[in-house]
Amino acid sequence: MGNVTNADVIVIGGGLHGSSTAMNLAKAGTQVLLLEKNYVGRHASGVNAGGVRTLSRHMAEVPLSLASQQIWSNIQDYVDDDCGFEICGQMRVAENESDEKILKDRMALMQSNGYTHEEWVEAADVHKMIPSIVPTIQGGLIARHDGAADPYRTTLAFRRKAQQYGADIREGVTVNQVTKRNHSWSIDTDAGQFQSRVLVNCAGAWADKIAAQFGESVPLTAVGPMMLVTTRMPHFLNTVVLGTSRALSFKQRANGTVLIGGGHLAWVDRNRDITELDFHALADSAQTVCEVFPHMRHAVISRGWAGIEASMPDGIPVIGPSGVEDNLFHAFGFSLHGFQLGPVVGEIMKDLILSGKTDLPIKPFHISRFS
Amino acid sequence: MSKVAHYDVAIVGAGPAGMAAAISLKTFGINVVVLDENVSAGGQIYRGVTTSPLSSKPQILGDDYWSGKKLVKEFLESSVERIAGATVWAVSQHTSESEQSSFEIGYSVNAQAHIMHAKHVLLATGAHERPFPIPGWTLPGVMTAGAAQTLLKSTAMVPSGRLVLAGSGPLLYLIAWQYLNAGVKIEAFLDTTPKGRIPQLLPYAFDFMRSPYFLKGLKLVREVKAHVNVITPISDMVANGQEKLESVTFKSASKQQSIEADHLLLHQGVIPNINLAQAIGVTLDWNDLLKCWVPMSDPLGNTNVERIHMAGDAAGIAGAWAAESRGQLVATEIAYQLGKLSLDQRDSSVTAYRKVYARATRGREFFDRLFQPAKAFRRPTGNTVVCRCEEITAQQVRETVKIGCTGPNQMKSYLRCGMGPCQGRFCAVTVTELIADERGVSESEVGHYRLRFPTKPLTLGELATLPQTDASINAVVRLKKPV
Repeated sequence: MGNVTNADVIVIGGGLHGSSTAMNLAKAGTQVLLLEKNYVGRHASGVNAGGVRTLSRHMAEVPLSLASQQIWSNIQDYVDDDCGFEICGQMRVAENESDEKILKDRMALMQSNGYTHEEWVEAADVHKMIPSIVPTIQGGLIARHDGAADPYRTTLAFRRKAQQYGADIREGVTVNQVTKRNHSWSIDTDAGQFQSRVLVNCAGAWADKIAAQFGESVPLTAVGPMMLVTTRMPHFLNTVVLGTSRALSFKQRANGTVLIGGGHLAWVDRNRDITELDFHALADSAQTVCEVFPHMRHAVISRGWAGIEASMPDGIPVIGPSGVEDNLFHAFGFSLHGFQLGPVVGEIMKDLILSGKTDLPIKPFHISRFS
Repeated sequence: MSKVAHYDVAIVGAGPAGMAAAISLKTFGINVVVLDENVSAGGQIYRGVTTSPLSSKPQILGDDYWSGKKLVKEFLESSVERIAGATVWAVSQHTSESEQSSFEIGYSVNAQAHIMHAKHVLLATGAHERPFPIPGWTLPGVMTAGAAQTLLKSTAMVPSGRLVLAGSGPLLYLIAWQYLNAGVKIEAFLDTTPKGRIPQLLPYAFDFMRSPYFLKGLKLVREVKAHVNVITPISDMVANGQEKLESVTFKSASKQQSIEADHLLLHQGVIPNINLAQAIGVTLDWNDLLKCWVPMSDPLGNTNVERIHMAGDAAGIAGAWAAESRGQLVATEIAYQLGKLSLDQRDSSVTAYRKVYARATRGREFFDRLFQPAKAFRRPTGNTVVCRCEEITAQQVRETVKIGCTGPNQMKSYLRCGMGPCQGRFCAVTVTELIADERGVSESEVGHYRLRFPTKPLTLGELATLPQTDASINAVVRLKKPV
């Protein structure tokens, strides 16, 4: 048997949540080692739409999302990089009366829970804000302090900061097996043996494979939300625009390119790290965009892609301690809503590991809900 | 709802490999279609051979060019279905809606998107010119020699004003010779082929001297040298100008020189056009002699992706004559896989085509070694633009490696290089070489950009009008959003 590398905490997975967890632990003086099978930010964390969104969150996620937004508003000081973050607002638009009812019901629900960050925008104001949007839009629900950031740059900033605080980050290391021996975790990888007191599972679309080794089976689906980007266009849009009953996520970046997403899914083979774009579904996406922004008909698509993400059947992630093992923690299953939560999840994991508790309500995210 | 056309074999590209393969497949009774991005068949090498305005003055372009007429005519007169002006932007397998196990091909003609299904796909996508990143290569007035030759072949257009040719390789001499035939004055020919390679090439010289390239090449070079100021060796070449090209400066025999010029044609060889193959998932291999990526295929054109085949220069640069026999060879293999030929029939055809192929490629090793582009013109430094679409310089790429970027895909995320509309055609090899240079590792270790569909740009409107089938309407998956 070869050398064994020891650490107090080992984090599996170098996405944003893993990097943020490692950064927070290292900052608190914990000896932490992160294992990433490809390179940091290879999948969901590096290639997502970069939406920094509190809008339309699952009710259970709202407190976490608002706490994370506090960190985002200070992101430059937090990780010594502005992460390309800009506050531009995110808005779900109502294409018809039924959409309008959905959005107004949502706002009423939020207000009855004491949340005020989602506001109704009248049709006339929507058209003033976004002159190029189709005239039939009936209004929208906006979160004015939402925005967007550069996902790869953000993930790298957390990684860099983690390293500055002393975290050891190993890329190209695939975990084969995890076993518990004498109150410590023994992690068998293609690059040798690692050992730690605490283990954190941030393995994203592969996290169920880790959890299954402790009998914590979870109904995780590996999905690949597809994105398209156009060539540069004259500036026409500040706000991130989302659909209500139709899948649409639409944003013009500072460099003029337009990012189109919305949740249409690619074909995914997570064992080979590959995705294949589904052009039939993308055609549907293109139709929606052309209907909401008629001038986009002439926009030139220069690329399409999909990162592999973990989706849970109830639409919310797994965050918290293991249901069966001590010193084991999970944070995964964030598909389409994880990027904004990255900063706060790192803090939550650090608190759970170092003090056994967090101030934020994480009970709904416990892994045992699937058992 | 529309009915989707279904074929046994779809060939992408109507150059020598694609045309020869199509003709063969048709004779085996196979339902074949050729998707050709160009309006007229012939590929780049025989571009416009049946429509060229120069057909009344055949001596300008030379016999080798016109010899392509035979194949193009045979192709056009065969009953092979050809879709002209068709840009293929996607080939999908797992999301294909075909009932049989077939690929789905997305392509556009006249800004209208279409879908077809095919059991086998033969990629005969040819080659494109290697990028030639020198300071000022993005100035108006600077273009690739191959693009200039295309204009000559298809429209009889020649550059006006002071013309300088620079680079290395047989094609550059051929173009110089064709311009001389057309009465175009060439101010200077800057031959960037490094000096002193010949002595090491003696082991390959015998094959070269027996090859079809030898006598023709010798004659060409002699004629060009007799009429044009050929300067060699060349280093530190710069295209200068404010709004457009004004002069070319360079060092030769340790002397700094300058030539005033309106046009500079650059060329340092061709490399396989790999984007479609790579996006489909064909494994790439770094060819260290030709300094380029090559989609891996076996001698019969099979790739690691079942029923995706490669032929011609797209499968490794070997020239037009070889491409024709490779097309026929791969057609034989596909016919065998489709059950139209027995194993014996296939093997005997293969033996025959291999002989032709061996003859066609004899001697290539000699000039592949002789004309391997000089390192300084492959691995630029300083402010030389590497990625033209996003205007990223060599220095930016090199510095990004220094701060921890290890590969081309991370480089995309850092600098956006290779993410413009050319999808890396102009920068992929350069970026790989620069990262290899800075890291002190091999190009294979660095790897290539991961390419994605659409491999050619299309408009959102085109995509939106993609014919919908019932299956596709039902298959659209949406994630539920919370209310």
